[in-house]
Amino acid sequence: MKVFIKFNFNAVCAKVLQEKLDVLGVKHTISGFGEVDFTKELTIEKREKLIELLAPYDIEIVEDHKSILVQKIKDTIIDMVYNTDTEITIKSSTYLSQKLGHSYGYLANLFSEVTYTSIENFIILQKIEYTKHLILNENLSLTEIAFKLNYSSVAHLSTQFKNTTGITPSAFQRIIAKRKELNI
Amino acid sequence: MNDNYTHIILADDDEDDRLFFEDAFEELKMATKVNTYNDGVYLMDYLNKKDAIIPHILFLDLNMPRKSGKECLIEIKNNDRFKDLVIAIYSTSASEEDIEDTFVQGANIYIKKPSDFKKLKKILSSVVTTNWQYHTNGLNRSNFLLRL
Repeated sequence: MKVFIKFNFNAVCAKVLQEKLDVLGVKHTISGFGEVDFTKELTIEKREKLIELLAPYDIEIVEDHKSILVQKIKDTIIDMVYNTDTEITIKSSTYLSQKLGHSYGYLANLFSEVTYTSIENFIILQKIEYTKHLILNENLSLTEIAFKLNYSSVAHLSTQFKNTTGITPSAFQRIIAKRKELNI
Repeated sequence: MNDNYTHIILADDDEDDRLFFEDAFEELKMATKVNTYNDGVYLMDYLNKKDAIIPHILFLDLNMPRKSGKECLIEIKNNDRFKDLVIAIYSTSASEEDIEDTFVQGANIYIKKPSDFKKLKKILSSVVTTNWQYHTNGLNRSNFLLRL
């Protein structure tokens, strides 16, 4: 007699990963896309233990050079956008290529291959997210934000906000305020 | 970068719209898995099942018989199980009132259904990639508002 079995591979892998991480006993969250976020940096011992725990299932930690470089690009951009005190006077493309020691063309190609977006768009996205944060949490006016983030004018920031999100900064502020009133 | 899918659900009572929607995703370069439901009742019946796979993005038509998109939105927003779910309103209406109202009720994305297929592909691609950026970069999802 034959019995037919159906597998849900994703569920199986997620379950195995969860069990092994529980054995490891380090605080973490599984983000669902083959990514695990550890609250603290993993020690070398813990990391080796994890590799060992996962090995029988042929699950590996990806150490590929591309992902690491992309992460460095992202970190550099975020640092550039958020640390507005250290003023960067050169173009962001020059800055990235100097800081990471690769040509901008190489970085740009790699970045879009891995993240589905361009470096330029990523910078804009980060700036707009920071703008949202400043509007909501620091109560800054758009003029102050434009100055802080090195925009040539408030109109430029306002247009970029609208182009990126489809709504104006003031509509954004109004919607979030109304949500708060309704507790959503 | 990964072999997994962005899991997508659409609830829409218009059969043509459902077909266009599925076709558009098939042509995108990001891996997606699309399921559709014919109205809000079918959708909520599925989502409320204990073993339901909660999608990454849920697209809701506003005008549906039995249960409207807005009713689904409110129900979902009142349930903690769905707190990570990104909701896109997918409607023929472009009334400012509908847009602002659904954003306030907790929708993240508002899409006016475009008239041609090429535009639809462009819009959906932009939705999936923007969502991907929020997902992979740990951006604050409560500030995720996008109108297309």
